[in-house]
Amino acid sequence: MPENVYDAIVIGSGISGGWAAKELTEKGLKVLMLERGRNIEHIKDYVNANKEAWDFPHRGGRTQEMIKDYPVLKRDYPLNETNLDMWASDKDSPYTEIKRFDWFRGYHVGGRSLLWGRQTYRWSDYDFEANAKEGVGVDWPVRYNEIAPWYDYVEKFAGISGSKEGLPHLPDGQFLKPMDMTCVEKDVAARIKEHYKGSRHMIIGRVAHITEPHADRTECQFRNKCWLGCPFGGYFSTQSSTLPAAQKTGNLTLRPWSIVTKILYDKDTKKATGVEVLDAETNKTYEYKAKIIFLNASTLNSAWILMNSATDIWPGGLGSSSDALGKYLMDHHLGVGASGMVEGYEDKYTYGRRANGVYIPRFRNIFGDKRDYLRGFGYQGGGSRQGWGREIAELSIGGDFKDALTEPGNWTMGIGGFGEILPYADNKVTLDKTKKDKWGLNVLAIDCELKENELKMRKDMMNDAAEMLEAAGVKNVNKWDGDGTPGRGIHEMGTARMGKDPKTSVLNKWNQVWDAPNVFVTDGSFMASASCVNPSLTYMAFTARAANHAVEELKKGNL
Amino acid sequence: MERRELLKMIALATGSVVIGGEFLLSGCKNNEAGKGITFSQEDIDFLNEVAETILPKTNTPGAKDAKVGDYMKVMVNDCYTEKDQKAFYAGIKQLDEACNKMHQTNFMKASPEQRKALLIELDKEAKAFQKEKGEKEKAEKEKAGKERNKVFEFEPNHYFTMMKQLTLSGFFTSEVGAKQALRYVAVPGKFDGCIDYKKGDKAWATS
Repeated sequence: MPENVYDAIVIGSGISGGWAAKELTEKGLKVLMLERGRNIEHIKDYVNANKEAWDFPHRGGRTQEMIKDYPVLKRDYPLNETNLDMWASDKDSPYTEIKRFDWFRGYHVGGRSLLWGRQTYRWSDYDFEANAKEGVGVDWPVRYNEIAPWYDYVEKFAGISGSKEGLPHLPDGQFLKPMDMTCVEKDVAARIKEHYKGSRHMIIGRVAHITEPHADRTECQFRNKCWLGCPFGGYFSTQSSTLPAAQKTGNLTLRPWSIVTKILYDKDTKKATGVEVLDAETNKTYEYKAKIIFLNASTLNSAWILMNSATDIWPGGLGSSSDALGKYLMDHHLGVGASGMVEGYEDKYTYGRRANGVYIPRFRNIFGDKRDYLRGFGYQGGGSRQGWGREIAELSIGGDFKDALTEPGNWTMGIGGFGEILPYADNKVTLDKTKKDKWGLNVLAIDCELKENELKMRKDMMNDAAEMLEAAGVKNVNKWDGDGTPGRGIHEMGTARMGKDPKTSVLNKWNQVWDAPNVFVTDGSFMASASCVNPSLTYMAFTARAANHAVEELKKGNL
Repeated sequence: MERRELLKMIALATGSVVIGGEFLLSGCKNNEAGKGITFSQEDIDFLNEVAETILPKTNTPGAKDAKVGDYMKVMVNDCYTEKDQKAFYAGIKQLDEACNKMHQTNFMKASPEQRKALLIELDKEAKAFQKEKGEKEKAEKEKAGKERNKVFEFEPNHYFTMMKQLTLSGFFTSEVGAKQALRYVAVPGKFDGCIDYKKGDKAWATS
């Protein structure tokens, strides 16, 4: 085989790209995985993983220089001193905000699999059927029974801890043992269950941490330093899980510093033939050929690559024949909820740092509930004792003040909502050809906003949170509706949705581009709606399923 | 829990004036980078004494043991806006003047009791100042409405609020603060959501 020819090319090395590489290599294909940023080797390159707060000159904070260099990242928690090199440079890779959109990116091997929140929930048919039932967007071409075995499959490999709850709208999975709830969380959960007569639930978060030894990985050590990279492999990332599996086959070639500028398309065979790569270090251009291509560049960047491909045939790019490409961008809207004080439990405390919290599954617009908006939201939160950042009554200065702060404070309990955003045609990305990035490539223009449905939902998200906490006996409940700017959920979805009809969707039910069936798009861009649960597990399941289909079709000679 | 929600929760649970924890949440909020202040050793010694008054050595180490003065220098110069830098630096003199006014002596010459009495008053003054400032800024932000990228020209923070915040964060995230004033386990190995606690047991450091 010539050196630039492979069986398959995977564009991107994050959560879905890692899965594509693992599945395809394990099925015997020679795979080239392209990553636009630098390599990060598991353990070896987690340079700050064993540092403590006092090892950082600003104790993990942010400097004015960082604020100047990262005009987008500074808008929320990602801008910090401890893992700055795991976030994409806003300066090198600008984008245009027609409306404000906070885009937090990880351009390196592993992508945001190193940075993610690791919350992992299955969709149910309440999610897959919603578009069809409500006449919103396009109907999902897939139902739960088709994807459930793939959820099983990816959960078993990734390692997900959680509790079986028997909830129809939040299906149970293949769980490792659940993490512990704090005593306050347990009691608040019991009171919510009682108050709402079993119709609302507070459960321990389902999270991609291994709580038992799993494959070659060491179980979670409860350090809560996940986003520095975990030297134990305690949580699922490309580096801890899918990449070593792919490398073990001997079939994987990983090429960092490889910006894919377009997918090469042959109009006679109506298939992609390969990709064009711009080497991010040398600025040289290369071509790589393959029979199948998995596009996993992360939601918006996958749309960007499609828009820049096959433009001689479709001016809007590969997959644009339906006019859906770039449209129906979604995220989860958050930054709204409530918290308060919990009296008592002074003789109880916790041990260890749990990088997880509690989860309250959706209860609105389901099981007979009907609101003046569509869909719903879930909550993440937790109950813990206050630390040294609190105020001490009557004390402000001196030895008594210090000694009081060296003991834990009151218990507090808080929950924050994650709400579904509907797919709207005018929430979209387009190419901005007037602006260039560091490599002279055109950039994306993002035009996305919350609309009436989301804004109405936020009222419930805030008030329901406060009501539930109060019903559970939490005192001094403080509710808030902060910043719901799209992008902050870091759950970008849509822009290349799947559907049943090539006239209204970019992908078919197997994640294949209708206009180029050997191109599979399996990152968040395929999503036809957003649900309100964290999306990564669904990307994993669809990726594994698509890879299986791709290899079957290849064997049949259909690709 | 995800870090983003946790930090917000700490801030919200403790009310509008979040001392210490706030820099972890939002860092420095403005855009203009400060030019930097040249702190003399005398300044650092002074800041160490202020910090030690806020968090003195008891049966556990105090702020001076954690070299909080040096930490303040780094944080003010690297993380503060120029406005706050100036207000902080001017605050050294203002604090001394306030001490003269209250006790007819310089801060460095004042007794521990005099220092404490002074800082209790300054803490009240600073809290009232920050409260009013916060309300003004909130109103201005609400007026600006959806213009979320608008850069606001807010007045600098009260010097004593900055000194106290830096004292708390500098002390409790230092090695002596985390390991001796608090308890720290680098690799807990497990999570137990409900252990027994008795009054006097130290809080866990979270670093």
